[in-house]
Amino acid sequence: MRFVLRRAGFFLLTLWAAVTLNFFLPRMMPGNPAVAMVAKFRGRVTGQELASLETLFGVNSGQSLPVQYVHYIGDIATGNFGTSLFYFPSPVIDVVRGAVFWTLGLFGVATILAFILGTGVGIVAAWRRGGLVDSIAPPVLVITSAIPYFWVGMMFILIFGLKLQWLPWSGGADLTATPGWNPAYVGSVLEHAVLPGLALLITAIGTWTLTMRNNMVTTLAEDYVRMARAKGLKSTRIMLDYAARNAILPNLTGFAMSLGFVVGGAILIEYVFNYPGVGYMLLQAVENEDYPLMQALFLLITVAVLVAILLADIATAIFDPRTRSSE
Amino acid sequence: MLEVSGLTVEYATGKAPVLAVDDVSFSVEDGEFLGIVGESGCGKSTLLFAMAQLLSPPAQITAGSVTFSGKNLVGMTDKQLSALRWQKLSVVMQSAMNALNPVKSVAAQFADALRAHGMTSRKAIAGRSAEVLRLVGVDPVHLKSFPHQLSGGMRQRAMIAMALLFTPELVIMDEPTSALDVVAQRSLMVQIKELQRELGFAIVFVTHDMSLVSHFSDRLMVMYAGQVAELGGTRQIFDNPLHPYSKGLLEAFPGIRGPKVPLKGIPGAPPDLSIVQNGCRFLPRCPQRLDECATTAPELVPRDGSTVRCLLYAGACTNAQPSTGAKK
Amino acid sequence: MRFLRAFTRNPKAATGAVLLAAFVVLALFPGLFAHDSPTAELYQRNLGPSAQHLFGTTGLGQDIFAQAVYGTQQVLIIAFGAGLASTVIAAAIGVAAAYLGGFWDAILSLFTDVVLVIPLFPLLIVIAAYVHNSGTTVMIAVLTFTGWSYTARQLRSQALSLRNRDFLAAAKVRGERARYVIVVEILPTMISLLVAAFLTNALYDVLFASSLQFIGLGDPNSTSWGTMLYWAQNNEALQAGYYLQAIVPGACIALLGASFALLNYAFDEIGNPALRPVRRRRQRALLVRRLSRA
Repeated sequence: MRFVLRRAGFFLLTLWAAVTLNFFLPRMMPGNPAVAMVAKFRGRVTGQELASLETLFGVNSGQSLPVQYVHYIGDIATGNFGTSLFYFPSPVIDVVRGAVFWTLGLFGVATILAFILGTGVGIVAAWRRGGLVDSIAPPVLVITSAIPYFWVGMMFILIFGLKLQWLPWSGGADLTATPGWNPAYVGSVLEHAVLPGLALLITAIGTWTLTMRNNMVTTLAEDYVRMARAKGLKSTRIMLDYAARNAILPNLTGFAMSLGFVVGGAILIEYVFNYPGVGYMLLQAVENEDYPLMQALFLLITVAVLVAILLADIATAIFDPRTRSSE
Repeated sequence: MLEVSGLTVEYATGKAPVLAVDDVSFSVEDGEFLGIVGESGCGKSTLLFAMAQLLSPPAQITAGSVTFSGKNLVGMTDKQLSALRWQKLSVVMQSAMNALNPVKSVAAQFADALRAHGMTSRKAIAGRSAEVLRLVGVDPVHLKSFPHQLSGGMRQRAMIAMALLFTPELVIMDEPTSALDVVAQRSLMVQIKELQRELGFAIVFVTHDMSLVSHFSDRLMVMYAGQVAELGGTRQIFDNPLHPYSKGLLEAFPGIRGPKVPLKGIPGAPPDLSIVQNGCRFLPRCPQRLDECATTAPELVPRDGSTVRCLLYAGACTNAQPSTGAKK
Repeated sequence: MRFLRAFTRNPKAATGAVLLAAFVVLALFPGLFAHDSPTAELYQRNLGPSAQHLFGTTGLGQDIFAQAVYGTQQVLIIAFGAGLASTVIAAAIGVAAAYLGGFWDAILSLFTDVVLVIPLFPLLIVIAAYVHNSGTTVMIAVLTFTGWSYTARQLRSQALSLRNRDFLAAAKVRGERARYVIVVEILPTMISLLVAAFLTNALYDVLFASSLQFIGLGDPNSTSWGTMLYWAQNNEALQAGYYLQAIVPGACIALLGASFALLNYAFDEIGNPALRPVRRRRQRALLVRRLSRA
């Protein structure tokens, strides 16, 4: 229990760090984008909206920096992310809501799949050292993990989208179909999800497989695995219950750390496929210089990563009895 | 009951293979306690694992047989072996902390073995697990603990209890007391001997501590550099050690009684097994070397009820021809 | 030096090293290989491959082959520059945390973990968005200050395991100061890890830098593989059928990245012999061969 509390504390600390970053970055950058931004909108918004913009950027020269900071934290804590500049006058929260659905749906699933599949292949590769899987998988995966995410996406578009014309490669769903739970729309959504999902799967799976395999190899040399053999247990049981269960533990923490990279990949893939998710929106916000939206999306992504890490930590606590008693 | 004949284990190192165990033969009778002693690196642990067919690459059995219960274990598949494993032959390893799965409770690990060999009723499993823990003096309430929650001594006992789940005919032990303090060591050894008397299983006990095993073993096998140096009754070897190495080992332990004498160690270090040697492997450290020792590798010869691998006794053998040429 | 020998015998290491060397040569002597200037918009647009233009031309009439060759310079500068810098920072923080222990360790580790967890790429995007048109130096700075955390963690845990070794205790007894011990005693033993850390950082710097340029946050007028992809995407090269415009820079990035990844993997194998490829021998065949001995 204490373990989980500690991690939750860390969660909050990192969240605070991200929020603070969001606050200070625009003020530290050359050209002071904050001031420029506010000036741009001065004539076009109501007094209240201007005020919130100014708070967002701390441009209000009437207040000192610490006071602005406190106001800013207050705003964020109450969910007031300000108004989007591009999708004016919609509040940022509303704009973001739609994108979250798309990203979670596709990439959440793809990441988890990549983890499960990758771990599985890693286990098999290590169990049958020198076998077919072990000889092919590691070198191939080393190379695929070095390929930039977006390039895989582009190649997919090229091969499956343009040349073979098997699958659509732009957007989240057919723009002409009416959104809703009707079969035409749902089918279109699934169709559009295949290529970007596969692209993410292929690039993300490499790291999981390699680390799992390496962990397994080390675990297989442990005495308790030998003891399991001595007891006459069945091969699969030894592989899963004794070796994999121990080998996966460091992988879970690694999962969390690599999530940062997967997020990056998801952003690029969304960009390449024009998939209307959080990443795509972030890049559009950058292009449109819609800073409030951009900041909110950054925070959102950070929160998502933190939640995933927390979940991985809870899983570790469940699976590894040693963490429960120590510290 | 157990007959090991000409067992040889090679480590494939890419260059010349290293013979960790070189042509080792011995037998174990029902209910017997055989101690195997030697320095670190002499191959005794490898020998144990080879016997139980628990080697992993790059180690491989390249010659010899291990006949147990009438069947040769070498070359058997895992499936064939599982009929014998744990039910007739079990293993106790050196460090329970490493030998027990850290993420499974003690009860789960006992249940694993029981279920693998046919016991299905949860009640029966719980009953047997508790019974066997009580045998080694551990309160069955610890069944639900995890290995890291038990003390060192309790862990070792739990491991021994696990080995006795099916009351096997033979238990192989690899230095099970090395990780404990001296007091716990002795108490565990006494317990093991008790259990042996009660349940009647044979024990092959590997250790580097000769004095520890001397009180408990019936016969003793001294290993050096992968080969058997001397094999015979424990009392006999202690009273009258034949091989210079055995002599050296005994002289290195201080006696409790008698006058204080300066301790004598055995100078030098065990040989590098990757270099093939002509002649006796103990030569560089032997205080009783003969000229032939450099060129002639000694064979095992019987002498006064024991067998010993030393040229000092080769000539005394009546119909033995002098060994010529390099050892195989 | 047994290490070097093991290194040259490992096929992955050899492949990786050769690839990397090839790119370095291209970067140092681009003129030897490409006879065109990468930025000159002299030619007909969107040409396919030919004897004159090995990879064809871009949407603006530039020679793709020349761009690929000259583009090597920027990416290598970034990879080596940022890779080296982040490795140095990671080593400083990781080893200091491990050696100083206690309070300092707790603070430094916490700091590392927080930086580690903040998603790297979105942060890069946000920073690049504020900066507009980041040139090479900005890119290196940004990558360095965000990328050191991952390897810092690894180096710290390795340094921790070294901390209690005898040779360090000896140095302490001699009265050496912490700084001395860290630099002169600890770091040399960690050389192989430092190299591995550098390779990891270099790989990710290549990928991240190219990605940033690809989405237009780099300097679109510079010559680099990422910008090549940016322009390809902008001109809808794939849809229009000018495949090489996208394939070539992507392949270059993949190859360079693969060279770093292969070298890194080979390092892993050399350091941990258990990971090396196992050649399965059939036990029965061996037994048959040796049964005459029994």
